[in-house]
Amino acid sequence: MMITEIGHYALVLALGLAFIQSVLPVWGAKTGDGRLMAVAEPVALATLGLVALSFAALTVAYVRSDFSLVNVFENSHSAKPMIFKISGVWGNHEGSMLLWVLILVLFSALVAIFGGRLPQTLRATVLSVQGWVTAAFLLFILMTSNPFNRMIPAPFEGQDLNPILQDIGLAIHPPLLYVGYVGVSIAFSFAIAALIEGRIDAAWARWVRPWTLAAWIFLTLGIAMGSYWAYYELGWGGWWFWDPVENASFMPWLAATALLHSAIVMEKRDALKIWTVLLAILAFSLSLLGTFLVRSGVLTSVHAFATDPTRGVFILAILVIFVGGSLALYAWRAPMLKPGGIFAPVSREGALVLNNVFLSAACATVFVGTLYPLALESVTGEKISVGAPFFNLTFVPLMIPALIAIPFGPLLAWKRADLAGVAERLAAAALAALAATAVTLWLSGATGILAALAVGLAFWLIVGSLTEPVQRAARGGGGVGPFLRRFFGLPRAAFGTALGHLGMGLTVLGIAGASGYDHERITSVVPGERIEIAGYDLTFEGSTPRQGPNFREEVARFAVTRDGLAIAEMAPTKRFYPARQMPTTEAAILTRGFSQLYVSLGDPGADGRTVVRAQFKPMVTLIWLGCVMMALGGCLSLADRRLRVGAPRPARRAEAVA
Amino acid sequence: MTRKQRRLVLIGVAGAVLMSATGLVLSALNDQIVFFRTPTELAERQVPVGDRVRMGGLVAEGSVERTGETEVRFTVTDTASTIPVTYTGILPDLFREGQGVVTEGRLGPDGVFVADTVLAKHDENYMPKEVADSLKAQGHWQEGAEAGAPGAAGQ
Repeated sequence: MMITEIGHYALVLALGLAFIQSVLPVWGAKTGDGRLMAVAEPVALATLGLVALSFAALTVAYVRSDFSLVNVFENSHSAKPMIFKISGVWGNHEGSMLLWVLILVLFSALVAIFGGRLPQTLRATVLSVQGWVTAAFLLFILMTSNPFNRMIPAPFEGQDLNPILQDIGLAIHPPLLYVGYVGVSIAFSFAIAALIEGRIDAAWARWVRPWTLAAWIFLTLGIAMGSYWAYYELGWGGWWFWDPVENASFMPWLAATALLHSAIVMEKRDALKIWTVLLAILAFSLSLLGTFLVRSGVLTSVHAFATDPTRGVFILAILVIFVGGSLALYAWRAPMLKPGGIFAPVSREGALVLNNVFLSAACATVFVGTLYPLALESVTGEKISVGAPFFNLTFVPLMIPALIAIPFGPLLAWKRADLAGVAERLAAAALAALAATAVTLWLSGATGILAALAVGLAFWLIVGSLTEPVQRAARGGGGVGPFLRRFFGLPRAAFGTALGHLGMGLTVLGIAGASGYDHERITSVVPGERIEIAGYDLTFEGSTPRQGPNFREEVARFAVTRDGLAIAEMAPTKRFYPARQMPTTEAAILTRGFSQLYVSLGDPGADGRTVVRAQFKPMVTLIWLGCVMMALGGCLSLADRRLRVGAPRPARRAEAVA
Repeated sequence: MTRKQRRLVLIGVAGAVLMSATGLVLSALNDQIVFFRTPTELAERQVPVGDRVRMGGLVAEGSVERTGETEVRFTVTDTASTIPVTYTGILPDLFREGQGVVTEGRLGPDGVFVADTVLAKHDENYMPKEVADSLKAQGHWQEGAEAGAPGAAGQ
């Protein structure tokens, strides 16, 4: 069909425009030629239009089940439900790379649209750097991963999408994650532009922070969504496996979190400039590394759609050129950036530096744990696996002091602070933490000291992060009315900080509950038999077959009762997708408060018994609700007047700092 | 505090955190990594009994047997040697006889591998890389044999 050729052609045109965007604006910025610089915005917008057209063409091919496209044939099926036909566009290597580039050019276009207040040379240079990344990935798609390749003759039916991916999660998780991954490119482009210009100031940080914050919000949600998806889809009830592809998304998140905090210091105090630039480069480098790990086929996972060596080599080349090039540029130009002010170790700046030190060190341990097996295998041929025990002994100990320090941060004053005074203000949080630990120990019969301490840490974080806004609003007295008025009159950024940190506390609470106090029973049952778990009774009522659109399934029904009262029915299933000859397990999940009851089926056991895994996971939903809360905090910060893109602001004098 | 002292504190703290991170990583790399071994290497007792290892190979045809309520026995082969495995729990969806599998656990003194983790493929199109590599090493690998399997048009 014609639309496919138009889409293919649009992609080639977009590559041409990306080359123009890569060269002309930055050349104009160097030579002071305003006309060359002015090329950047229209070209960025046109590139977006072309890539969007190309993406639309591929989507149409999926919707119409046009199996003359190799990509559609390999990953779709005419009987597949419409939602999965659409999300299936990025449920494969080629399509997901096209989505990656679409989001990249979308971000470039957003800079072009909202960048009106940026100095023209900075805007032109930033867009040129975006152009380099766009050109590299468009070249990659067109040369090694073209989704528009045809096959003749066209087959009658497709091979269907991997059934694990036929889930609403595929419609949500990759786009969220990609917006996060790719959004970090803006911070990178700003960093490179600052290095090229040899100039950087607080205004630069004020620009970079909202972009980083936006990317971070999506990254947080994307990772949380991926975690929840794996939790309900894979049928093991695990929510984080320290799998290399998970780490690949987690490392940019850690770097972006550090960047978010160091950019505050740079914006407010004009300090940590050189470090912030380095973090921006590292954060995007880790995004590229993640893309390489996931898409090159060096790892075997559900994310590695195809293993084609030329693709791996191509992405590795992109990785080496961008990371190597930007670090070389950094080594050459960073000394020219004027270092900022210095501050006392005990101060808001000091706390944010501490945050950065711990996050970077923790990120480095994840980096080592993820890449060491690959490095060892390529050097010695020895195959090893690095799993949860490694990360529990490296990442976790490094994060604990960082988490303990969180409530102190927002209470400390800039420049020089009074640590004893701050500690006094955190008395309530400390009491809450102690009480929570004691109550948890008492309720659990003094088992699991570590998990009880983790619960205490969670309450320290939750109460500690509320301390700052509450005490700030309480200052001045006057009863409840004025308090509430002052409380809701606080700047949104203050709520953003509090919610972000509170979300972290909720996530820690969820982790403590789900990993410290979970119950699991694996058993086999016949109809009428009962499974008891954590005070719930699950009575197996039998199973019946059912026919789905492109699968058939065996549905097992369980009646759930507690203290003799019927609560609900749970129906885990075992599915079979004939197109791929592949079975999947669909767990049944019952949410009770913040806790969940999780039931999944195994293979039929001996004598026709049904093997069942029943789990009770206390507080487990808080893991993801905490992430949503963190993202909400990010949104509130983004909505703060000071950060609103394009909001008029008075000229700011750089404060002289001793 | 002078400017120099402040800088020293900063560098000191950063250095201390980085040192402890390095220490943690090195000690964890010493104790917490799991080596991948083939059934042949286990059969030749190249691995001390009781050490945690990953073993990968093919699930031997006709070897899967349910012995208890949730206990499963099967044998894993790299075509040169065969190791019996016991596992209690739910097998992954794509666990099948004649297919690649990776198990993690410990070899008992009786030569039976007690697995606490069984991993199969995410997708029927490829097998775990470790298994493919060890089969290649045994000379039982046909290039492209697995890639061309699906794809019959007009099902």
